[in-house]
Amino acid sequence: MTPLLEVHDLHVVLAGSHILRGVDVAVPEGGVTALLGRNGAGKTTTLRAILGLVPRAGRVRLAGRDVSRTSTHALVQQGIGYVPEGRDVFAGLTVAENLRLAERTADPRYDQVYEIFPELRARAAQRAGTLSGGQQQMVAIARALLNPNRILLVDEPTKGLAPRVVARVIEILAAVSREVTVLLVEQNLAAAKGLARHAIVLDQGTTVYAGGFAEFVGARERVHRHLGVALAPAGP
Amino acid sequence: MSTVVLLGVTGLGLGALYFLMASGLSLTYGLLRVLNFAHGVFLTAGAYTAWLIVSRVGGNGPARFAAALLGALVVGAAIAAAVEVALIRPLYRRHIEQVLATVGVALALGALAQGIFGADPRPFPVPPWMQGVTPVLGAAVPNSRLVTIAAGAAVLGALGAFLRWTRWGLIVRAGVENREMVQALGIDVQRAFTLVFALGGVAAALGGVLSDGYFGTVDPARGTAMLIYAFVVVVIGGLGSIAGSAIAAVLVGLIQQFANYYGSVWWSFPSSGDLAVVLLLVAVLLVRPRGLAGGA
Repeated sequence: MTPLLEVHDLHVVLAGSHILRGVDVAVPEGGVTALLGRNGAGKTTTLRAILGLVPRAGRVRLAGRDVSRTSTHALVQQGIGYVPEGRDVFAGLTVAENLRLAERTADPRYDQVYEIFPELRARAAQRAGTLSGGQQQMVAIARALLNPNRILLVDEPTKGLAPRVVARVIEILAAVSREVTVLLVEQNLAAAKGLARHAIVLDQGTTVYAGGFAEFVGARERVHRHLGVALAPAGP
Repeated sequence: MSTVVLLGVTGLGLGALYFLMASGLSLTYGLLRVLNFAHGVFLTAGAYTAWLIVSRVGGNGPARFAAALLGALVVGAAIAAAVEVALIRPLYRRHIEQVLATVGVALALGALAQGIFGADPRPFPVPPWMQGVTPVLGAAVPNSRLVTIAAGAAVLGALGAFLRWTRWGLIVRAGVENREMVQALGIDVQRAFTLVFALGGVAAALGGVLSDGYFGTVDPARGTAMLIYAFVVVVIGGLGSIAGSAIAAVLVGLIQQFANYYGSVWWSFPSSGDLAVVLLLVAVLLVRPRGLAGGA
């Protein structure tokens, strides 16, 4: 079956550093695919390169169609939603303006967004820069959910959030992934564990694993080698 | 008292001209991070377009001036949009090259204007209603100053409404913060770049037409001269802030006028206005390096 998103031999050079050295990514349709790797392995750069936010070489295909030369805004219009690392909300704009900016269709899905994030309705007139980290993350996810997407690229959504908020974000991503395919960069392996069916692992700018998530985390030595973390022993 | 009023109104008029230049510069820098040294060309283009139209159209009524104004605004917008599409866009993210390209355009088009129209200022047929005076608190204030102030205030209001209430304004405000994220929301930010350049061109061309009325002449060197003050205004106001530019333009215009007058009267130093503006720039940069609207 053709992957929904396919990236082949992706290279990125930034300020003289060869960050991505031939990354291959194949995201099957449906569910969550986790993009894993140590700090600096190239996960965020891979998402940014897919969207054309950094100069790149290599092939990107969306639903079998070559989109390697498609501009960022056109890629998003074709159904690639993006929730960036660090949220990137527009701090000087209100919550309502942040959402209004993200509208891509004549009928944005505000009902669905406010059902998931009721506090955003209450804080519509508040400047996004004055929100807490968790609330800003909700704005960032809500912006992507306003529109119908084929795939969501979600970068470190739980980073820097309180444990209670992390649980909520994971819950929301699990619900979202029932409707749309998610490519999730997540440093928190425990968070990804409850969500992902597939895993792609990067190490030093190359793909070192692509396959089932459970199979990957099942091989402890491999997890330690590529992620530098030791998984807790499985419970009884 | 009448002298102070006259100096105040004249300073405000000058400030309005600076604001018309600075608003476009500030928006352009805020959104594209481009220091556009060709911005003075838009003023010159507007000034000469208006002069050409009033020189060739009969009568002396408001219709002739309105036609000149309209023509100037269209030419200003067209040249500004062309500069963005042909010069800035191919050099996207290459800021040094962009600066060099805009300096080149400024020099080339400035020389072209001098080649066609001559290096000396020419008299501009100011409409009679603009040549008259209006008594304000005992001072006979030239109508051209009042018209310029009104136009500056109208542009400030219009730009504010555009930024606050329209979708394109929302895109520009967001783009000033993080243009990459604007693209990542599916918005063609390059169209916003062109729009902002065209709006800046319109404001500068309006400044060109009003400067014809303000000074009574059309001058190929005025665009460059005004550009220097516009840059000072943008830096004092805070790069990317329209409100900051408006406040800074008023400050610079008033300080320049008062310093010029009293410097001449008290110390026979007629250029004291320029010195005062530079001192103001230094003081603001020392206290608030990011400008009045940019925070300390």
